[in-house]
Parts: sequence; structure tokens; C-alpha cells
Amino acid sequence: MSKRIDVKDLNVYYGNFLAVEDVSINIEAKSVTAFIGPSGCGKSTFLRTLNRMHEVLPGARVEGEVLLDGDNLYGPGVDPVTVRSQIGMVFQRPNPFPTMSIRDNVLAGVKLNNQKISKGEADALVERSLRGANLWNEVKDRLEKPGSGLSGGQQQRLCIARAIAVEPQVILMDEPCSALDPISTLAVEDLINELKDQYTVVIVTHNMQQAARVSDKTAFFNIAGTGKPGKLIEFAETSTIFNNPSQNATEDYVSGRFG
Amino acid sequence: MTSTPTPVRKRSALTKGQLPKYAPYVVLGVALVLGAAILALIGFNAFGWGVVSAILFAAGLVGWSAAVEGSRKAKDKLATCLVVGAFLVALLPLISVIWTVMVNGIPGLLNPGFLGTSMNGVTGVFDNRAAEGTGPVVGGIYHALIGTLQITLLATVISVPVGLLTAIYLVEYGNDRPLARAITFFVDVMTGIPSIVAGLFAAAFFFAVVGPGTKTGAVAAVALSVLMIPVVVRSSEEMLKIVPNELREAAYALGVRKWRTILKVVIPTAISGIASGVTLAIARVIGETAPILVTAGFATSINNNVFGGWMASLPTFIYTQILNPTSPSNPDPSSQRAWGAALVLIILVMLLNLGARLIARVFAPKAGR
Repeated sequence: MSKRIDVKDLNVYYGNFLAVEDVSINIEAKSVTAFIGPSGCGKSTFLRTLNRMHEVLPGARVEGEVLLDGDNLYGPGVDPVTVRSQIGMVFQRPNPFPTMSIRDNVLAGVKLNNQKISKGEADALVERSLRGANLWNEVKDRLEKPGSGLSGGQQQRLCIARAIAVEPQVILMDEPCSALDPISTLAVEDLINELKDQYTVVIVTHNMQQAARVSDKTAFFNIAGTGKPGKLIEFAETSTIFNNPSQNATEDYVSGRFG
Repeated sequence: MTSTPTPVRKRSALTKGQLPKYAPYVVLGVALVLGAAILALIGFNAFGWGVVSAILFAAGLVGWSAAVEGSRKAKDKLATCLVVGAFLVALLPLISVIWTVMVNGIPGLLNPGFLGTSMNGVTGVFDNRAAEGTGPVVGGIYHALIGTLQITLLATVISVPVGLLTAIYLVEYGNDRPLARAITFFVDVMTGIPSIVAGLFAAAFFFAVVGPGTKTGAVAAVALSVLMIPVVVRSSEEMLKIVPNELREAAYALGVRKWRTILKVVIPTAISGIASGVTLAIARVIGETAPILVTAGFATSINNNVFGGWMASLPTFIYTQILNPTSPSNPDPSSQRAWGAALVLIILVMLLNLGARLIARVFAPKAGR
């Protein structure tokens, strides 16, 4: 239940502004890939092109190919909704639906699409997803309470449960821990380690220690200056990136000489 | 480490002089007495007493405060006096209106049959008898109440879908395109349309489409919806705009289609604001008189068919009872009925406002733990 992603020569534009230039990257199935780099270097923008979420912003478009197990996401006639149901996403700030209970938040992907599901199946799906997100024990007695009453870390894990409830092939995470305290961050990182047994995980992070802790491979993005496009500088095994990078810019960044 | 003994002082160095707690009451009492004395010299009246006392109170309190507490506190007191004064000035007309309508309206409202009968068959003869004291005041507002409720309901049924869908287009699909900008502009223009113009438009429209002289409750409802739609669009648009974009993105990322996202995430999140906005829009049009006069006419008998025949409503009922009393020689019974109808109208508007608050509370997203 996981697929690989191959990106070929991808350019991302906002209107006429080239935000990310010429990225080619191969993301293995059932692995954790981290994107690191300074602010504004286009790593979040690039992540959002992997499930066509960037199209939500007016004027955003891409050139190039993104292949999910060989199928081009940007091929003619591809429905972005189908793409997003296969490639889930967790956002920087926890965003549970405020009008829904914890249980309904987990079932949102099913219910909002009006799919029929029996109560027994729904209960099983809720428990499986919440257990998968390490949240079951904390919320099992208050599933009917609103999701917005949880703590920030719990809300973020609820969002992860919501993402895995639709059983995607790939999970994209856009700085999932930047709004969380260290304990909640640890919980989410543990969760990422478990998720990679079943899913392909791509995570954007500002925290280099986090990239070193959770990822198998790391991609370093950089930007030459304001107004210039972001580029993929180096993509390798995480240990190589942090211990023996081939590019000077990568070494400068991971050793803390800038950024 | 040696502990230095705290020097004993009478007053903290961090405070200045303070007015005693009872100071405002003392100043108020003095101001009232002085005000009464001054007014007695030039001829007493309650309004002047209030104004003079208020000025004396503000001057006295600020002056005392400046002498004891310093200029910063005095300025604070002055600002407080101005704010409270402005609040009282704003409150006066409201209380005065409610008081006047209550005093004049309650006898009419308590009159038996006032809510349950129409003006059908009530002629000047009955009113003359009532004025002479040889008979009861007869007649009521049942027909007008039915008319107001039906016309307003129909106007709401027309306006809410049109207004809400327009707001959805503007917020979710408009993207600041020329069409969206044009709609926003014309909605703003519509907000400023005088209500009589809306009435004339609806009348002319139905004259052209259905036939000359078409005056029914439905025509009035169309006129009211011309006034109501811009209010609904504006309030719904504001409510939809404040739904965080993150919620839309969260739904998209789950593979939910845009229209489902709008229907099941955006609107439920904003529904409390939308519902109270709609209720306030209803309150805004329920008291309109001019557009109903030219579109529904005025009836004295019960008409339950909003699509056929002239129809009464509370505002036009009040208007005709005051302007053309049923008995021209004895207008008192008519004005009693008019005040009663006015009271009922105010009660309806208040109930709608309370309803809006209730709706907002019931639908608001809960944050229980």
C-alpha cells in the first residue's frame, strides 16, 4: 500500500515567477524522505506539487512530470481529486474541522465524499486510524467531543489519523512539528517511524536534527537570492548529507554556517 | 547576607493621591442638587436638569481628580465621562421609542380579539360608538399579521438562496475576476436603493409580465427581496471569508471535491454567522412600508393567498389607520389599533434579533473538552 514518486525536470511557477527550478528526484516507496533548506527555498512549494495542492493558489502551475509508480500526475485528463485521495497531506498547523467531533474528523475523508460505510466498519476504521496515529488511548473515551478541544500535539496526530483513514499511498507532511512542543514532536516522530512500514512519507522540516532522526534520505534545497528560483542542491542518504555532503552549500547549511 | 529592615512608611512611593471610593456618588449628588437649583432659577424642566447635572458632574469629578490625583487620572475620568455620556445619548432615543410604543400600544394589544380578528366589516359606526363609550373598540390585525408573515417568509425564501449562492460564488469561485468585481459593485449599489424604488421596480415588473394592476403579496415579496438580497450577500460573504483557508486545504488533501468541501466544511463552519445575518436581514425588511404600499395594496379582510389579491401587512396597516382613520370624526380607536400594531411589529423584530443570537449560539462550533 505504498508507491514511489519520480519527479523529472519539474519547474513550478506562480504566475510568471519561477519559484522552483528543474527538480528531479526519486522517492522510494516505504521510506521517509526529508526536505531541508532555508526559508523561501521552495521546499514547501515543491511538496505541494506532489499532490497538486499548489493548484489551490491562483496562478500556480508546473512544467515537467511527477510520476506516481509510473503514472504522470500532470498527464492530460488526470483529476486532481483522484491524485489527492492517493497522496494525503498533513499541514504545518493542526487543522481539525471545528464543526466535527473527533470521530467525524477521522471519518471526514469517507463522509465528506458521501461513501457508504456501516457503523461497524466506521468504528473499526476510527480505531485503526487513531491507533495508527498513536492517539487512540488518549481519546477513546471522548470520541464524540469536538476535535478542537484537544491539545496542539493531539490535534496534529488527529490530522495524521484523518490522513491515514483514507488509506493513501503516500503521506506528505509540511513541517508537521513546527507548531508543537518537544514532547508532542517526539510523539509525531515516533509515529513517522511506524508509518514508513506502510506508507511512503515525505516530510518538510526546518529542524535538521529532526531530518537526521526520522529520514532515510534527505534532499537539500537552496535559493541563490531573493527573486531567484529555489533549486535542489543535493539528494542522498541522510547520513551522507549530514556527515559527508558532496556540495559545499550543503555542508555550510548542515554545519550551521548559515541558515 | 544581611537582611535590611524595610523602612516603615505611611504611603507607598508607587501611588499618588487617590479619590475615595464614594467620590463619584458624592459628586453625582452635589451635581443633581446644584443642577436643580440652577434650573429653578430659569424655569425647571427634566431634560435641562439632566443635561446641566451631567455637565456639573463631569466638571466636578474631573476637577476634583485633577486636584488630588494628578492630570493623567483626570484625563482618564474625563474620557470615562464622555464615553458613558455618549452611550446614554445613544440609548435615550431607543428607550424613548420603546417606552412610547409600549404606553400607547398596550391598550390596543390587550383589546380582546386584537390578534385574532381582521378589519373586515369594521366601519366608522363602531368606532364612533367606541369613542362615545357605548361600545368596545372592535377590529384587529390578524389579516395584517398574516400578510406580514407570509410576505416576509416568501421574500426570505427568494432572497436566501440567491444571496447565499452569490456569496459562495464571490468567495469561492470569484477570484477577483471582472464578473466578481462587477457583482460586488452592483451589490453595493443595491444596498443603497431607496425602498420605494424597489417597490416601484417590482410593481412595474409584474405589470409588464403578469398584467397591469397586479398587486399581490408575491409582488411585495419580490420588492422586499430586492432590498434583502444585498444584505444577505454582504453578511454571508463576510462569514464565508473568515472560514480559514486551512480547512478548505485539509478537505482538498483528503480528496474531497470543491463543491463538497464548500457544502460540508465551509458552510457548516460559517452557518452560525450566515443564519444570524439572514435573521437580521429579515428584521431589516419586515418593517418596510413604502414598497408594500405600491405592490400589495392594503386589504381590510383576511387574505391567505400570497399569490392572489391585495394583502395587508403591519406597516401598511399602521399607515392607513393613522392617515385614513376608519371613522374620520373619531380617530382615537384607529390610532389605538395602529399603536397596537406598532408594538406587535417591534416585538416581532426583537424576537428575530433574539432568534439570531440563539441561532448563532446553537450552530457555533463547540470547543468542549
